[in-house]
Amino acid sequence: MTAGSAKALALPLAVLAAFELGARATHLQSDSLAPPSDIVMALFGAFADLSILAATRDTLFSAFAGLAIGTIIGLAFGIAFGISDTLNRLMEVTVEAIRPIPSIALLPIALIALGFGYRMEIVIVAFACVWPILILSRAAVRSIEPRLMEVARALRLPPAQRVWKIIIPAALPRIFVAFRLSAGIALIVAVTVEIAINPLGLGAGIMLAQQALRPDLMLAYLVWIGAIGYALNVLLVVAQNRLFGRAAVSGDGR
Amino acid sequence: MNRGAILWRVASFAVAAGFIGLWQLIANLKLVSPVFLPGPDRAWASLVRGFSSGDLWSKLAGTLEHMAYGWLLASIAGIAIGAIIGSSRTMRTYVAPSLEFLRPLPVSAIIPVAIAMLGLTQAMALFVISFGAIWPIMLATIHGFAAVEPRLYEVARSLQMSRLAVILKIALPSASPDILAGMRLSLTVALILSVVCEILAGLDGLGHWVLLSARAFRSADLFAGVILLGVTGYVTSVAMSLAEHKLLAWQAAQH
Repeated sequence: MTAGSAKALALPLAVLAAFELGARATHLQSDSLAPPSDIVMALFGAFADLSILAATRDTLFSAFAGLAIGTIIGLAFGIAFGISDTLNRLMEVTVEAIRPIPSIALLPIALIALGFGYRMEIVIVAFACVWPILILSRAAVRSIEPRLMEVARALRLPPAQRVWKIIIPAALPRIFVAFRLSAGIALIVAVTVEIAINPLGLGAGIMLAQQALRPDLMLAYLVWIGAIGYALNVLLVVAQNRLFGRAAVSGDGR
Repeated sequence: MNRGAILWRVASFAVAAGFIGLWQLIANLKLVSPVFLPGPDRAWASLVRGFSSGDLWSKLAGTLEHMAYGWLLASIAGIAIGAIIGSSRTMRTYVAPSLEFLRPLPVSAIIPVAIAMLGLTQAMALFVISFGAIWPIMLATIHGFAAVEPRLYEVARSLQMSRLAVILKIALPSASPDILAGMRLSLTVALILSVVCEILAGLDGLGHWVLLSARAFRSADLFAGVILLGVTGYVTSVAMSLAEHKLLAWQAAQH
């Protein structure tokens, strides 16, 4: 394992060292590149004046709020479509007509309807998160062991209890996989909206650093955004393994 | 399709038409201000006007062009780099972990860096779109190469095939379902990044068009643009599915 991780680290370390040496040797003057040591210093500076932490809070707040709303809507429709084949078939054309709209195309609509700020970003993130949750939870509900549904019928559970006691627990491992996918999408969409137009959060921070011709700070933001994306992914994979173990793997496309 | 399926389709279209009717009703009753929500009639009229004056054609062509160039470049580079990494065990152990580390990075975060290097230009858009679209293709290629049936490699060794021949004759065909799936994912990424680049850099395309319409509060034009972007997403993904089906027909026939 240690040999494996040493090999995994060899390439990035070599690239960073070469970059550092090259930048020092040529006395690099650039609007787009900075030696790694300067990037680390800029990152420390941004932590010291709390600016990057405030930006992180704004981005994560928008991303998670959108994710929560998108998950609830997607799950409600996904479970309804999974239970009722009639409903699913009737809604098919409507769903297939709205789903391919790229989330970012809604940006101008959200902009004139809601203005700049958290709300428009949350709406766009929620729209992007609805679809993977809807599609995957629909598939998860459909693949529930039919005998479980027979039990629910035999016990004459009312519909609400049938969903709560049978369907959600049975489909939960695969729903969590969908949630993990959507969490990644939520972060991507939040940062994209901020970079494109919304003046808050990490995306606005990195754009500002670029416009201020601070390549060290810009790349520090890039590294930090990458670290958050990676940490979020690791966290959710660990949670998935802890909570569901092998049960989730069968529903995982990877 | 049998008759039942056709009937369901018709019913499903009727439901969608019902929603459009509801949208019209909401717009007519002005439940939502017409500044934000034009009726489907006004959005449709704007689509017709835009296409007959040729305005929307050129915007659509601009977006498709950005998307296609970026995606094609990403496909060629992604398959080539993926093949080089995937066909060598040494490369896989040294390079693949770094790629896995970079994968969850929100690719749009590369946009400011690209702007700093290349300015607000077409080259910037091409770089950003292909950088974003390359990941699914490259990772799918590496994965597909790693999953090739080992006995096929043994056959190649006993036939003393060169590495290039192994890649072209054994690994690529065997990995093609993975690669095509990656290319389909990338198509969506390419469309989204095209729109973002057009918004940021003011490049000719639908992204720029919807932003300008929003700024001028021309909501009918805005909705026309968004509908057209949805159609673009739908048509490209259907076309990709058809191509996938055609290209993989030989594989289905084998089983």
